Amino acid sequence: MNGLELPPYAVALGIGIDHDEDDKPVLFVDFSERILGRPGFIHGGALSGLMEMAGFAGLRAELAQRGEPQRIKPVNVQVEFMRGGTEQRTFAMGHVTRAGRRVALVNIEAWQDDRTKPIALAQMKFLLSPAGE
Amino acid sequence: MPNPPTEDLFATKPGSDFDPLALSALMTRRAHAGWLGMAYEGHGDGWVELSLPWREDLVGVPETGVLASGPIISLMDNATSISVWSMARRFLPHATLDLRVDYVRAAEPGRKVIGRGECYKLTRTIAFVRGIAHDGDPDDPVAHVIGTFMATHGTYL
Repeated sequence: MNGLELPPYAVALGIGIDHDEDDKPVLFVDFSERILGRPGFIHGGALSGLMEMAGFAGLRAELAQRGEPQRIKPVNVQVEFMRGGTEQRTFAMGHVTRAGRRVALVNIEAWQDDRTKPIALAQMKFLLSPAGE
Repeated sequence: MPNPPTEDLFATKPGSDFDPLALSALMTRRAHAGWLGMAYEGHGDGWVELSLPWREDLVGVPETGVLASGPIISLMDNATSISVWSMARRFLPHATLDLRVDYVRAAEPGRKVIGRGECYKLTRTIAFVRGIAHDGDPDDPVAHVIGTFMATHGTYL
């Protein structure tokens, strides 16, 4: 996948690109039965899935801007759930904190109607290798 | 954050033993877990195993057919969540505070993934969990998970 191509899982879940912000994609998912967890709230796994997609997309966009196509492989993710996600549109955006030659660290924020009150934060670590290797 | 239909679960008599099988059946027949096709595999004292099918629309890397990691997080969220109730021997509402997942290797395309969640420590308000996901050999996991839950109404102990 690159910054603008979402994999089958993301498409099936209803994840899409809402808009770009400083040339970085903001992803969204609308509420549906498919992402429902406990009654009235988004499933933490579905929310994590959205955030991971935002992490991939943000890193792809950053590497593309640098003109450094790389193969990226997730090493791990840490998700902090801060508020229950309710039945409305959810957004997520990844910010590349550091992308060196071998490792990239991406912070991801998820929010709903109030951007200043994120519902979850995540941090993903990726291993980078030159495309084609 | 799993999806117990609370009205059914609260009907459980106080003090009666929590049944991970019955709860898993309820939790996996609808909503996010139902859509993913999650299923009960087994349980013991403080641990629960659920499974996730390999399915084309759950793929994260179209070129290889490798499952996306989102469904694996969902699987581990639910398995560890039920393991907490198994340890507490009763259902009570709680929320996932955090989850960390180490992607040890890619899951083999075509294979179902088993998620084993274990609660290793309960306090009054916080449950500490860990788990692994594997695609056939528990000694060769695809992911390791660690996390915490918080009781939102009442206490675990």
